[in-house]
Amino acid sequence: MKNIEFSEETLKTIREIINRYPEGKHKSALIPILHIAQSEFEGWLSPEAMSYVAEILNIEPVEVFEVASFYSMFNLKPVGKCVIEVCHTSSCWLMGAEDVINHIGKRLGIKPGQTTSDGLFTLKTVECLGSCGTAPMLMVGADFYENLTLEKVDTLIDACKSSGKSSSYLVDKMLG
Amino acid sequence: MAKVTIDDITIEVPDGTTILQAARMIGGHVVPPAMCYYTKLKTSGGYCRTCLVKVEQGSEKDPRPMPKPVASCRTTVMDGMVVRNTTSPEIQEARAGVVEFLLLNHPLDCPICDQAGECHLQDLSYEHGKEGTRFEFEKRTFDKIDIGEKIQLHMTRCILCYRCVKVADQLTDERVHGVMNRGEVSEISTYIEKAIENDFSGNMIDVCPVGALTDKTFRFKSRVWYTKPMYAHRDCDKCSGKTTLWYQGEDVLRVTGRKDVYGEVEDFICNTCRFDKKLTKDWVIEGPAEIDRHSVIIQNHTEKLIPKEQVQILPNLPGVDFTKKIES
Amino acid sequence: MGKKLLLQNIDVPGINTYEVYRKTGGYKSVEKVLEQKNPDAIVEEVKKSGLRGRGGAGFPTGMKWSFLAKPEGVARYLVCNADESEPGTFKDRYLMEKIPHLLIEGMITSSYALGANTSFIYIRGEYFYVLRILEKAIKEAYENGWLGKNIKGSGYNLDLYVQVGAGAYICGEETALLESLEGKRGNPRIKPPFPAVAGLYGCPTVVNNVETIAAVVPIVNDGGDAYAAVGVERSTGTKLISASGHINKPGVYEIEMGVPVEEFIYSDEYCGGIKNGKKLKAVVAGGSSVPILPADLILKTAAGNPRLMTYESLADGGFATGTMLGSGGFIVMDETTSIVKNLWNFSRFYHHESCGQCSPCREGTGWMEKILHKILHGHGTIKDIDLLWDIQSKIEGKTICPLGDAAAWPVASAIRHFRKEFEEYVNNPESIQDVKHYFNVHNVAEA
Ligand SMILES: Cc1cc2nc3c(=O)[nH]c(=O)nc-3n(C[C@H](O)[C@H](O)[C@H](O)COP(=O)(O)O)c2cc1C
Ligand code: SF4
Ligand code: FES
Ligand code: FES
Repeated sequence: MKNIEFSEETLKTIREIINRYPEGKHKSALIPILHIAQSEFEGWLSPEAMSYVAEILNIEPVEVFEVASFYSMFNLKPVGKCVIEVCHTSSCWLMGAEDVINHIGKRLGIKPGQTTSDGLFTLKTVECLGSCGTAPMLMVGADFYENLTLEKVDTLIDACKSSGKSSSYLVDKMLG
Repeated sequence: MAKVTIDDITIEVPDGTTILQAARMIGGHVVPPAMCYYTKLKTSGGYCRTCLVKVEQGSEKDPRPMPKPVASCRTTVMDGMVVRNTTSPEIQEARAGVVEFLLLNHPLDCPICDQAGECHLQDLSYEHGKEGTRFEFEKRTFDKIDIGEKIQLHMTRCILCYRCVKVADQLTDERVHGVMNRGEVSEISTYIEKAIENDFSGNMIDVCPVGALTDKTFRFKSRVWYTKPMYAHRDCDKCSGKTTLWYQGEDVLRVTGRKDVYGEVEDFICNTCRFDKKLTKDWVIEGPAEIDRHSVIIQNHTEKLIPKEQVQILPNLPGVDFTKKIES
Repeated sequence: MGKKLLLQNIDVPGINTYEVYRKTGGYKSVEKVLEQKNPDAIVEEVKKSGLRGRGGAGFPTGMKWSFLAKPEGVARYLVCNADESEPGTFKDRYLMEKIPHLLIEGMITSSYALGANTSFIYIRGEYFYVLRILEKAIKEAYENGWLGKNIKGSGYNLDLYVQVGAGAYICGEETALLESLEGKRGNPRIKPPFPAVAGLYGCPTVVNNVETIAAVVPIVNDGGDAYAAVGVERSTGTKLISASGHINKPGVYEIEMGVPVEEFIYSDEYCGGIKNGKKLKAVVAGGSSVPILPADLILKTAAGNPRLMTYESLADGGFATGTMLGSGGFIVMDETTSIVKNLWNFSRFYHHESCGQCSPCREGTGWMEKILHKILHGHGTIKDIDLLWDIQSKIEGKTICPLGDAAAWPVASAIRHFRKEFEEYVNNPESIQDVKHYFNVHNVAEA
């Protein structure tokens, strides 16, 4: 487990975010900071990470936990290096999302919500990601993969495997 | 002042009064049931939807009806408003629906629940529900957890009224429990099992309309209807010290705040009074509690009371001779 | 080709950059309003334009703006709703990704009209890469003096920030959005008070959809009357439609209000007809929340008139035979589609997205999903269909926010128009084909 502490540089970004809001309204920064925490601390929010964020914002830890558990993008349990999130809502479903999910599941030997034993992949089903015109689609980190075919899915999984690319998506981008 | 007519009864109330409060001023059958609203808790109400009423006329000035039923606990009256509660079949039907929703995942474990006899959900389903369940799926369940040494949370019974969270927010300085997760799997919980240690945390038990938060120092000692409630008070440096003691024989099994007809406490009491003062000698007894909730509770009262010598009668409560009743 | 007011320059190479956007006439509306120095006149133009909220409810924007309370010494906020999570809707993403400066220009002009000095764009967390695009565009706008202190020497100050969500459809509901923006759970507020009086941080606030704000730009540039001249009846201007499902050309189309639905589905300018030469079975015309209509009723109203892409025409016949324009998420289903399964899919969505505050929605959405799942797998009874109908009727109109209605309407309309199909699932479970299971309904870890 990585040390639960932001770098000086990250803290600077966080201070910038906090300064956007009127005085006393710094709780507004909670969700952006949780995103940063999740991407810096191995893709999920551990109780320690949440307590740390609470400390930064000077709020009760329970307030952080309440918020983190409300939003589906926050992982409250450890996840694999690559989190594959497949949309299974209306248009994607009409266009064959089930086949995509079954295919990935079979290839990786896991069910939606599970992580491969080597810790590389987590498969998640998610609700409409606003890509219905290019359905079916999935998301890895911040990247959208659209108009999926099973071949495309295979290529993607292979690429993830060989690159060891991690989907803790926001780090580089959020701080960019 | 605003004139409002509820189920054909007209009353004049101060501006800013909610429909529910106005109905309570009239009293009796026009009062909508309220499972989540709590007068003493700011921003409470609006969640359970049992108090829905129909606004047939918005106001004198704008007589249009409101398009949907409204939560009477969160809607303020307007001058000339006309409201229907029990006289609207539509509202009766809607309320039956709400009751069904509230019971959908409720375990209906009344026989083993400490709240039985003073449970608002029991009353509600008795008065407004329909018989039988149409829900044939597995109910959601949660593990029981302790919130501190004295309070147990039985989440499976919770109806998510949010009252206990508001107590923690508004009465205590450090909130350690709250609402987690979303939607159907929302639950009241603590952040990594941290204990609630706070002078006023015990009030969560009093505001809970069901048996989700219970007093561990009382659990299973007795059924509510075998205990006899007595008003009592003591000098307390933290709260008003005005309580109800629940006796079985000579023993004080439980201490709670004093509740009104709607199950709301007069004063919030501190944990010392609630959990640590369980001897008659700690208290000045005022006499039998007036509990006139329409619930099953009153019908089951036993008349067996505490021995006379332990009762200190208040000199300043004229015309009330409690000793008589006690002797009988 | 219909008239375009938002996307006319979408194909200009580099339109996502400040330079190109500016060259095509970008930020003219800001220059105009800063010069005229008459915020109320902008509100009047927006009123005249007849612009209605593009987020789904279709509330007249000018009227909403004029409701904004203006107490002395209290900050006012403009918040742009870029949460876009209604299944079938992806127009805001398209607009923000392709032409981000249009939204920023609209935000500046609108903020000026409302007297806001800090404004936010609340974007759903999953649109992370779009957030980056917006942030870059905002940086450009600051660098070129369109944002910040004393904009173009006018004395007007405006800061614009993008706030990111984290995965919750309900945060599209405006008061839930404000809660989320305040760093809380996305629980819709109990109204009143409305945001116009007490919104963000308790201050007067206007919440508008991305497309609504973008439309303010042509309204200011060309005048409200010119905008109102496009479209028909009370459906003025143009509308972005997100077209998806079984069609040849899915995508975002800017249409003039009033295009016949038939033309929209079959002409090559728009959807290009049904995929693989199949027949049209049903359409969900305005995002998953609006009633589904069978082919005959979506093409023609019950009275036999051609149905048009307008608020009024789509709603013709009420819920008995009509639907709603909603967010413009146009989902097309061909003859092979199982309405029952589609409904289960929608119901699962609402079940998953209910915030859980109020009991009818929290309990009812899950119940409906379970019953549909049962029917879908051949274990349903006729009583279950009636029960579904009863449950949806007990959710609709009884909840804190309209998500309850949004969960109820698809159920009601599917049963209303396709009851036979439900009965078929009940009576002939053997005939059910293609009930694929992808392991489980929900993510294992969530269960
Ligand atoms: C459950 C729910 C989800 C919503 N989602 C969105 C959304 O994603 N985007 C949006 O602009 N409006 C959404 N709305 C509508 C907003 O509450 C609000 O009406 C809208 O943002 C107002 O902007 P407009 O007047 O410009 O349309 C949603 C409403 C509900 C009840
Ligand atoms: S209707 Fe649903 S989403 Fe809206 S407040 Fe109630 S529980 Fe939350
Ligand atoms: S339905 Fe999958 S992205 Fe919209
Ligand atoms: S008491 Fe009014 S909604 Fe619960």
